[in-house]
Amino acid sequence: MNQETNYARKDSRMMMKDINQKLPDFKVNSERIARRVKLNNFLKHVFSMSTLFAIIVLAVLLYRIGADSLGWLNLGFLSRNLSIFPEKAGIYGAIIGSVYLMLIVIPVTTILGVSTAIYLEEYAAKGKVQDFIKINISNLASVPSVIFGLLGLTVFGRILNLGSSILAGGLTMSLLVLPIVVVASQEAIRAVPGFLREASYAMGADKWTTVRKVVLPVALPGILTGSILAMSRAIGETAPLVVLGIPTLILKIPSTIMDDFTALPIQIYYWTLDTVLTPEYANLAAATIVVLLVVLFVMNSAAIIIRNKFQKRF
Amino acid sequence: MDDKTKIRQLIQENVSKKKNTTDKIMPRFFLLMAFVSVAATFGIVATLITDAAKFFSQVPISEVFSTKLAPLNANPSFGILPLITGTIMTTVIAMLVAVPIGLTAAIFLSQFASDKMRKILKPIMEVLAGIPTIVYGFFAYSFVTPMLMKIIPSLGAKNALSPGIVMGIMIIPLVASLSEDAMNSVPDIMREGALGLGSTKLEVTFKVVIPAAISGIMASIVLAVSRAIGETMIVTIASGSSKAFTLDITQSMQTMTAYIVEFTSGDAASGTTGYYSLYAVGLLLFVFTMGINLIAQHISKKYREEY
Amino acid sequence: MTNGISKNENIVYDVKGLNLWYGEDQALKDINLEIEKNKVTAIIGPSGCGKSTFIKTMNRMIENIPIVRTTGKILYHGQDIFDKSVRVEELRTKVGMVFQKPNPFPKSIFENVVYGPRIHGIKDKALLMEIAETSLKSAALWDEVKDRLNDNAYGLSGGQQQRLCIARCLAVQPDVILMDEPTSALDPIATFKIEELIDSLKKDYTISIVTHSMQQAARISDKTAFFLMGELIEFDKTSVIFSNPADKRTEDYITGRFG
Ligand SMILES: Nc1ncnc2c1ncn2[C@@H]1O[C@H](COP(=O)(O)OP(=O)(O)OP(=O)(O)O)[C@@H](O)[C@H]1O
Ligand SMILES: [Mg+2]
Repeated sequence: MNQETNYARKDSRMMMKDINQKLPDFKVNSERIARRVKLNNFLKHVFSMSTLFAIIVLAVLLYRIGADSLGWLNLGFLSRNLSIFPEKAGIYGAIIGSVYLMLIVIPVTTILGVSTAIYLEEYAAKGKVQDFIKINISNLASVPSVIFGLLGLTVFGRILNLGSSILAGGLTMSLLVLPIVVVASQEAIRAVPGFLREASYAMGADKWTTVRKVVLPVALPGILTGSILAMSRAIGETAPLVVLGIPTLILKIPSTIMDDFTALPIQIYYWTLDTVLTPEYANLAAATIVVLLVVLFVMNSAAIIIRNKFQKRF
Repeated sequence: MDDKTKIRQLIQENVSKKKNTTDKIMPRFFLLMAFVSVAATFGIVATLITDAAKFFSQVPISEVFSTKLAPLNANPSFGILPLITGTIMTTVIAMLVAVPIGLTAAIFLSQFASDKMRKILKPIMEVLAGIPTIVYGFFAYSFVTPMLMKIIPSLGAKNALSPGIVMGIMIIPLVASLSEDAMNSVPDIMREGALGLGSTKLEVTFKVVIPAAISGIMASIVLAVSRAIGETMIVTIASGSSKAFTLDITQSMQTMTAYIVEFTSGDAASGTTGYYSLYAVGLLLFVFTMGINLIAQHISKKYREEY
Repeated sequence: MTNGISKNENIVYDVKGLNLWYGEDQALKDINLEIEKNKVTAIIGPSGCGKSTFIKTMNRMIENIPIVRTTGKILYHGQDIFDKSVRVEELRTKVGMVFQKPNPFPKSIFENVVYGPRIHGIKDKALLMEIAETSLKSAALWDEVKDRLNDNAYGLSGGQQQRLCIARCLAVQPDVILMDEPTSALDPIATFKIEELIDSLKKDYTISIVTHSMQQAARISDKTAFFLMGELIEFDKTSVIFSNPADKRTEDYITGRFG
């Protein structure tokens, strides 16, 4: 939008001149034209190969993992707890751990993230404070996840003495995905047309009422989509949890958020590391990956459905 | 007194009675939450700097910039150069995969593919981007490495090549989608103007679209570099933990990120120099990625001004 | 005499020496005018002359634009609306507004109408229903929507949406209704309906309407104010303005010689 209007300001004649200079001279020469068209078609196919390559890799990856998990992924695997013996091992504990983790990440990131977005979009004077917070948050999004692990290790693990409990893991993960929720919520709130706010103010509504009754309901699908995507990031992240120092073998199913725990990606990691000595661990890892991917697929589909269903009603 | 007057009085009474307490409290609450969010950034910087400072007070700077990394030796040495070469190796390999494939995929998607094709291909790219890195790690270690070993018999079970390639694959969607966005935002009339003059799509792409979108494309590459530097699980799993100072991509090596993971999940006792070295490496990693991101932001800001 | 309090019960608004700036640009210059109770006051003038600015100042919606600065007074029933003791929320329940582009909320028709009463503390379901019915009837929309009160407002036609917005505005039983080109986005039939509606609302409400259409102003208003480049050039009975304007510029404008 902005770019188009800005562009319109540029003298269009100048622009055409620009283009003309960049193009080859057009002496009518049928041989040359044929050559150019041929090159065009040839490279088009080369380029399509790149896209194809990505798809093939995806297919191979899914096929390999599916094949490796075959015979290992069954109800018993889902309902048994960990064990060092491959045949007896299951991921019940890891599933519970991941669920617990989400039970912390969801409320923490939505409260923090949506509030921050509301503040930035609805309240903050468009100026330095807002820019400052914005820059910080967008930079936060690009900090490698392993560094969030160090942050969690120091602040939650050591200073608050939470060790490698679910709470420490959940809070660390929350900070990691917070920027996703903030940015998505900001975009959703910004997309609420100004005329709706005006309508509300003109009815004598104060700002908070307007935000609560008009802005948030309209922005909700966008916020939800962003939150789900953030959750799916959190559920597959490994590095921050590993850095927190989660033990390799957790036999006890966690019952409170202060307990030690393992989660799906952690389990994949530990099993993959040990495949040299116990080759069956590769099958266990693959089976766990299938479970993780299914969960992610369901979450992302939900996000896409919400996005498409509620897109643009004005 | 009719109904309308009744309602008018009722509402007016309510409004004049109402104290806007929530309206006054809420912005403060939101501001507080915003500050907590921002505090995370400062928390990161603060934790990294405090503990990294302890490291630097214990280890002479000449040792830090040496090639010997042996944190667990009886007589430990903390040279960071092996980690830096390790990081550079995997990053370069990843870029060699991601940039050409990502860019050409972007060209294909934005210039050649039909709408229908794009509707199918883009979600597939998104799926590829949404796969957790641990899955790519598993893929690198249990599939790509064995496959490469058939081609390069001298390849170690842990090496830089395989995780580098897989990391590149992982980053393809990032390069492709950001570059595609940049190319798509080149105004249509520029494109149409050139097409109208009888040039082929290919010529338009290389002579008009890419030059116009170049800063966006550059920014996507820069961001990809930052992703590669910060990527952790693939290298942790597939590149092993050799701390040798080498540029041999066929052998085990370690990146900065993998060092942090190895050390924390191992038994680095809190308070030792080895423990603080994590934060020094973390700080370096933070500075690298942050610096690169600032560059990317600068580039893409410049590109927004172009139109 | 000039103690700041209007003695005349029939004067709803008394604007005194109003100036308004957007940053450095002055958009309203020393406006003085009175708006009478239960009359329709039309505001006309070429594009950019400050009509919207003026009407948005009357319910202080203009303050949503941070760079705006005003001097002078707007007395509403003798009370200066810029006075610190006046809360905008209270002012705006008494002074409703209808916008150029219909702007219903993406909620059901019912929820749209009862938005005002709800946020102002009315919870009783039966009363809300009653309010919805009365307002929709007053807005001449009831018959068209009574069977689909729970449908989304965006399923209505543009003209229906605008009448819904009028109903929403009526639901809090305001004293004044401000309208900024309420028919400019509508077709002739929908426009006609709204004009009819305005005429019928006059007995209960004081209405001020910005319009670009001279015919519309002539058809529905009792008094007309002509603005030009931020100044109020002429303000008089509509019949006078359109038959015997005092100012040459007014005459030029209404005869279509410029603007
Ligand atoms: N948000 C704003 N910031 C700065 N200047 C503004 C703003 N809104 C309006 N103006 C300026 O104030 C003057 C009056 O504008 P206003 O919208 O009141 O005109 P109008 O008479 O309603 O015009 P129209 O008939 O086109 O609706 C114009 O010169 C306009 O450029
Ligand atoms: Mg206007």
